[in-house]
Amino acid sequence: MTTQTTTTQSSFGTRVLHGAGNFAKARETGILIAFVLVVVAATVKNPNFLFSNDGFRDLLLTPSILLLVAVGQAVVIITRNVDLSVGSTLGLSAYLTGRLFIDFPGIPILAVFLIGILFGGLLGLVNGALVAFARVPALVITLGTLYIYRGINVWWTGSDRINASDMPKDFLALGTQQFFSIPVLTIIALVVLIAAGWYLRNQRGGRELYAIGSDPGAANLYGLKVTQRVLVAFVVCGALAGLAGVLYAARYGTINSQAGSGFELEAVGAAVIGGVAIFGGSGTVWGAAIGAFLLFTINRALPILGVQDFWQRAVVGVLIIGAIVLDRVLSLRQSRKLVEARDN
Amino acid sequence: MLFQNLTRSSGARRVGAVAALTLSVALIATGCASTETPGETGGDANLAITFVPKNLGNAYFDTSDKGGADAIAEFGGTYDEQAPAEGSPDGQVSFINTLTQQQVGGLVVSANDPTAICDALNEARESGIKVVTFDSDTDAECRDIFINQATGEGIAKIQVDLIAEQIGDEGEIAILSATANATNQNAWIELIKADLAANHPNIKLVDVVYGDDDDQTSFDKTAALLQTYPNLKGIISPTTVGIAAAARYLQTSDFKGKVALTGLGTPNQMRDYVTDGTVTAFALWNPADLGYLAAYAAKALIEGDITGAEGDEFDGGKLGKYTVGENGTVLLGDPYTFNADNIADFNF
Amino acid sequence: MTSSNTATMAVARNYKDYGSALWKRIILTREGAVFAALILVIIIASVTVKHFAAPITATYLLLDIAPILLIALPMTLVIITGEIDLSVASTAALASVTLGTLHQAGMPLELAALVAIIVGALAGALNGFLITVVGLPSLAVTIGTLALYRGLAVGLLGTTAVTDFTEFWKDLAKSKIGGSAIPSVVILIAVLAVAFAILLHFTQFGRGIYAIGLSPEAARFSGVRVERTKFILFVMSGSVSALAGIFYTLRFSSARGDNQTGLELSVIAAVLLGGVSIFGGRGALHGVLAGVLLIGTLGSALRLASVTSDVINIITGTLLVASVVSTSVLAWIRSKRSRPGGKKPETAAATKS
Repeated sequence: MTTQTTTTQSSFGTRVLHGAGNFAKARETGILIAFVLVVVAATVKNPNFLFSNDGFRDLLLTPSILLLVAVGQAVVIITRNVDLSVGSTLGLSAYLTGRLFIDFPGIPILAVFLIGILFGGLLGLVNGALVAFARVPALVITLGTLYIYRGINVWWTGSDRINASDMPKDFLALGTQQFFSIPVLTIIALVVLIAAGWYLRNQRGGRELYAIGSDPGAANLYGLKVTQRVLVAFVVCGALAGLAGVLYAARYGTINSQAGSGFELEAVGAAVIGGVAIFGGSGTVWGAAIGAFLLFTINRALPILGVQDFWQRAVVGVLIIGAIVLDRVLSLRQSRKLVEARDN
Repeated sequence: MLFQNLTRSSGARRVGAVAALTLSVALIATGCASTETPGETGGDANLAITFVPKNLGNAYFDTSDKGGADAIAEFGGTYDEQAPAEGSPDGQVSFINTLTQQQVGGLVVSANDPTAICDALNEARESGIKVVTFDSDTDAECRDIFINQATGEGIAKIQVDLIAEQIGDEGEIAILSATANATNQNAWIELIKADLAANHPNIKLVDVVYGDDDDQTSFDKTAALLQTYPNLKGIISPTTVGIAAAARYLQTSDFKGKVALTGLGTPNQMRDYVTDGTVTAFALWNPADLGYLAAYAAKALIEGDITGAEGDEFDGGKLGKYTVGENGTVLLGDPYTFNADNIADFNF
Repeated sequence: MTSSNTATMAVARNYKDYGSALWKRIILTREGAVFAALILVIIIASVTVKHFAAPITATYLLLDIAPILLIALPMTLVIITGEIDLSVASTAALASVTLGTLHQAGMPLELAALVAIIVGALAGALNGFLITVVGLPSLAVTIGTLALYRGLAVGLLGTTAVTDFTEFWKDLAKSKIGGSAIPSVVILIAVLAVAFAILLHFTQFGRGIYAIGLSPEAARFSGVRVERTKFILFVMSGSVSALAGIFYTLRFSSARGDNQTGLELSVIAAVLLGGVSIFGGRGALHGVLAGVLLIGTLGSALRLASVTSDVINIITGTLLVASVVSTSVLAWIRSKRSRPGGKKPETAAATKS
């Protein structure tokens, strides 16, 4: 972050300009611009993409589920870990939602939401405990729990399937309902995003996560409660995946044992594209959110632009690599600047 | 000596720990599972028949396999169902291999691809297992008999007729299919194209998309179709998973009532959509009968009554006697149209 | 540990006090534990699971785990240097799709296979370039290339599969040695395994790999060409993944963009189970081979016992987590037992039996 020799009478105008400058240079802005470009290109080709009711609704709705998972993933990646089991957590939570409605008819929808979040948080706690206490790299642990949770999901589901008709109509309506033409699911996701962004930036706990990711050894010596914070990060990630599972059930209505498989890599991809460095210590959840939107919108825009949507995954791969190369170049440049500043 | 004590105990502890863990896990798992393989009955004939549908979690196969289970219960065999979670061409191979090792009596398979499982099936046949295909065939040299639900032409024609009726015999239509390699899907799509070219010159087929028999994918592909082709008037989905997902999307979209949807669907899945007008009419046959007949065909093969040659006759239980046609194919019957008038009468 | 020459006989220690017998050094290791578990599983399965003790079981088992065995060989080397390669399954799929599209377009299978292997090597080279020259972390890069190569594979073929291949090669992929039940592909695996073992354990290059894993800085100062070694390893990883992809395609007669999704996790699980440390610098190839065989045999036995594949996945995941956590736990126990400053000679004499 640039330090500024402050004059006590910096005018409001200068501050606004300075803020605008920071905004323009921010990593997240680049992604936002890319997102806007994609939407514009697709809308030019087919105005229904943005301007029809369905188009606008789908534009905001479909990425909302990934947004939640990406925000949780970003929190974990900031602490220099990774959580590969979120897809399986989402699937389990979605199936649990369906089962709750079937086995307990009349259960209040709010209760289902709460149970889904708690359940996800519990699964995240398992991950966090193993990572924080056994000091094993998160990659390995979450690889194992990815297998285990998905296996439990398939075992529990058997060859069954939750159908849309098994769930109450008002729950399913959440999947498409709009509030002042913004889908309800998107509003939920945005509320979570704002809460997470605020916490990470303005609260002590949030800023400590950045410290732990930048240099775990130093954070430990400094007296930060590393174990506790990492544990909480994983619980949050799991809880958000659980919430995403409930939303998935509301949106798609049909849940089989494969729900959510592949989401973990999309979430990591969204976070990385959005500027969250895989080495921890930098990036924001806003970036991860925009990354999630970008990924899903590209998926929908490609067929309109005439590109077979089979190429979507390749585009995602190029974006991820481009993002980390860009991060590397920027960080090299910044460290060079800091060295110059120090030496002068 | 202290050092050696340390080494021995920690090393032995390591061996003990890992071995004990694996041992206990393996024992628990084998204990929980049935170590009885699909039984060999006391008599000569091994009536252990396993159904291998395209994938699990598919309402259509749930019904057909249940029909097979009923048949097997009737003649006193043993029923089992094994399938991959996703319908990929080679996903069924490992299950077929395991069943070959377990030496079941017969396999009843619906194939995701005409050639990919051929070698596995032939290995099974070499070891004495009888192979019946149903719903979606493989190459004729890999199986003994194919139970076809209806003629391909009949299935294609009924869907084309339905969509033509619903869109006024002109306009753009698209097809939402299952997996790209499925034998039956590709056969029907070709026949649909031929029928359109011959009898409906004003209907234009603009695209064929694949929902992979996965609900979420079919849902998203329907959304994409409607976005990409603003003048689309109809969608044909010759797969029960596809039509259900497409109907669910249409029900909550602006296009409900404006874009016609038809294809092959099960009454239970489609009832809601027919009642509220999203879908006018669709077609199918009785999958339970299909599975039922396939099981009886397997029984006849296992007991040596028939070999699958043209002209062989076998007993189809409550469905009566059936004769094997050319290429080892047995025809079940004709497709049937479901609409608002009759959909309440069915339960599958 | 100096033994002071002026000490009395009671405290004089020689190498025998610090060493252990050769048989102990070989068997009482992490790799030995995996081998023991493997033998245990085979014995129990042969007794309790019907149809397990048949030759055809070995055939199917080896054919099933052949791709994992192949890819685990270079993956071991990559993980020992402290890196990781998550893109192996996607590279295998890309090679598979290349083989399928070229063959379908009329190219003879042998040439198409060669091109596919070159494609795999190039894919590995891209990974290596981004990691060694640009300096990016291997986890992030290989997540990106995992998506990119898989995307290319799916993009090339869409969701169709090429299922038409020359009979000769298909049969060769599934053929067995002589009249036995061992598939011919085992010869290929054995040759590669021996080559990699020699490379890792008996050459300077291999020792460099261990050095890089333990401390890249120290290795660099010792004269090991760190970047070049890593680059070569990633190219090897890509090429062998391509080979595994070709084998899979020929065995199942199906070239498809979605082939072998999730294979990288199986490989890493087996490698870690076999005693290679995720932190780098530790591990041996025989442990990895035992690990792959253990997971494969366990899976095969459970499948025959009609245990569904999801339970098998749960068990694989649990084994992976348990094996890594147990190493951590054992290290923690050991650190609690050893006192700072080492053992005093009097204590040694007192407990000397």
